[in-house]
Amino acid sequence: MGKTIVEKVLSEHSGVDAYAGDIVVAEIDAALVQDGTGPLAVQHLQKLGMEKAAKPERTVLFIDHAAPSPRKELSNAHKILRNFAAKTGAILSEVDEGVCHQRMVEDFMNPGEVLIGADSHTCTAGALAVFATGMGSTDVAIGIASGKTWLRVPETFKIYVTGEFKKGVYPKDLMLHFIGMIGADGATYKALEFCGPTINAMDMSGRFTLANMAVEAGAKAGLFNSDETTKGYLEERGRSDKWRPVSADEDALYERVYEIDVSDLEPTISCPHVVDNTKTIKEVEGTKADQVFIGTCTNGRIEDLRVVVQIMAGKSRNPDTRLLICPASKQVYLQAIEEGLLAKLITAGAAIINPGCGACVGVHAGILGDDEVCIATQNRNFQGRMGNPEAFIYLSSPAVAAATAIEGAIADPRKYL
Amino acid sequence: MQIKGKAFKFGDSISTDHIAPGRLFHLRTNLPELAKHVLEDADPEFAKKVQPGDLVVAGKNFGLGSSREHAPTIIKLAGVGVVLARSFARIFYRNAINVGLPVLICDTTQVDQDDELEVDIGKGEVRNITKGITIQAKPLPDVMVKILNDGGLLEHFRKHGGFALDA
Repeated sequence: MGKTIVEKVLSEHSGVDAYAGDIVVAEIDAALVQDGTGPLAVQHLQKLGMEKAAKPERTVLFIDHAAPSPRKELSNAHKILRNFAAKTGAILSEVDEGVCHQRMVEDFMNPGEVLIGADSHTCTAGALAVFATGMGSTDVAIGIASGKTWLRVPETFKIYVTGEFKKGVYPKDLMLHFIGMIGADGATYKALEFCGPTINAMDMSGRFTLANMAVEAGAKAGLFNSDETTKGYLEERGRSDKWRPVSADEDALYERVYEIDVSDLEPTISCPHVVDNTKTIKEVEGTKADQVFIGTCTNGRIEDLRVVVQIMAGKSRNPDTRLLICPASKQVYLQAIEEGLLAKLITAGAAIINPGCGACVGVHAGILGDDEVCIATQNRNFQGRMGNPEAFIYLSSPAVAAATAIEGAIADPRKYL
Repeated sequence: MQIKGKAFKFGDSISTDHIAPGRLFHLRTNLPELAKHVLEDADPEFAKKVQPGDLVVAGKNFGLGSSREHAPTIIKLAGVGVVLARSFARIFYRNAINVGLPVLICDTTQVDQDDELEVDIGKGEVRNITKGITIQAKPLPDVMVKILNDGGLLEHFRKHGGFALDA
């Protein structure tokens, strides 16, 4: 019987002929923790007397959620990670280097590999045909020390996408639309496999956005074929030797198949306080926004910043709206400087934030006031997400966010393109 | 394992931000302090009122969101004996078992705030003493039973010197 991508990758890593429903113990190629989950993982390993990393060169400890540290408690938590790195040889990603998921795809992961991470958006690397999934500190601690993890091989939903995006409509709109359609628990436990002509034509940046939000539908992983686009991405980063084709077999068994035509898709917004509360732009246009936040592992890449500049160049933010822009990584930050994007954004009224996760998770750098409304390009709008349970978060593409910054209220980007 | 206590009722889509919000990120290395704020953004009084053995009873997709293991850990530290929900988000479910917090999937529409409940985790039986009814929960998968019986994944790993999950 043919196999899905996840069945193939987990068979290779467990040494058994694995299918959906099987329990396997799999070798992991890489593991990550961040400054919210890593200190607990280190403490677990100390308790077990196993303060070591089976693959230190591919164990990455990220200081990205509170980077640089806004408080002494967090500075002390960071020391736990720095000490563990010094002791084990694991890689430390410091406060200047950016969001874990962006760096993992830029610098570490290759098609056909297995990544576990103590962060739910670890699934981002699925865009490179990596079986990548989020787990807690205990699972990842044991994975770091032993080089293994246990997994139940998930069933797969195939998402077959056709049609061309209209002007002003992006992969983010597709993903919000899909989550609105199946619900925030619509794919609980399952793997998603994205394919079809629209996906084949999509750049890596768009694929990362889709894979990143797989968990917002409840999924364990969001996977893509490894193709020529994947190859090009690795080549640009000096890893062409790591490329290999990965795809499902023709006769693989899927639990469900969804077919989506994006030709008529509208800019789509997720409204407070759950991600599946989606509406089209027409339904929410005009909602006043106190803050616009553009960045994160979902939409903080160079392609996203280019769209924002395309819409905002020569214009200014509304005087009553704050505009925060956070490049997802140091690489993105430097490239945005080289391309002259940041100067244009700063001129338009943007405050540039150091690459990291702080604003999105409500730790620092962009915490909302009571009753305030923020439109953000991130992946979550839960109550309290941006540091205040009395605030309201809408999720959108970078284009909608940019148009909203200009008007001070949720706006359709198409008039600016 | 038998658990007896009072039901604290929550709705659908209780996220890890409700349970352990990001604004308290700095307390993640101080779990007893963080536990004083457990579920604060869903019910600000919960942490003050909950007694050892009490139950969290929720709707669907409990624990959606982040991988933060601190969420089930502080629910356990607050004294909660078991979480019952119509469904759980995947990472929360796995984390709960890993830290030794029992979680059962059942029809929680038959439980109201303050109902007295008695739960047999092994049998998956939820007896609603107040209403005089018994609700059958979905059995925990075998793998989860093994980890839970060992007292969580760390203890499991220590006891067996690795994963010992085969039947």
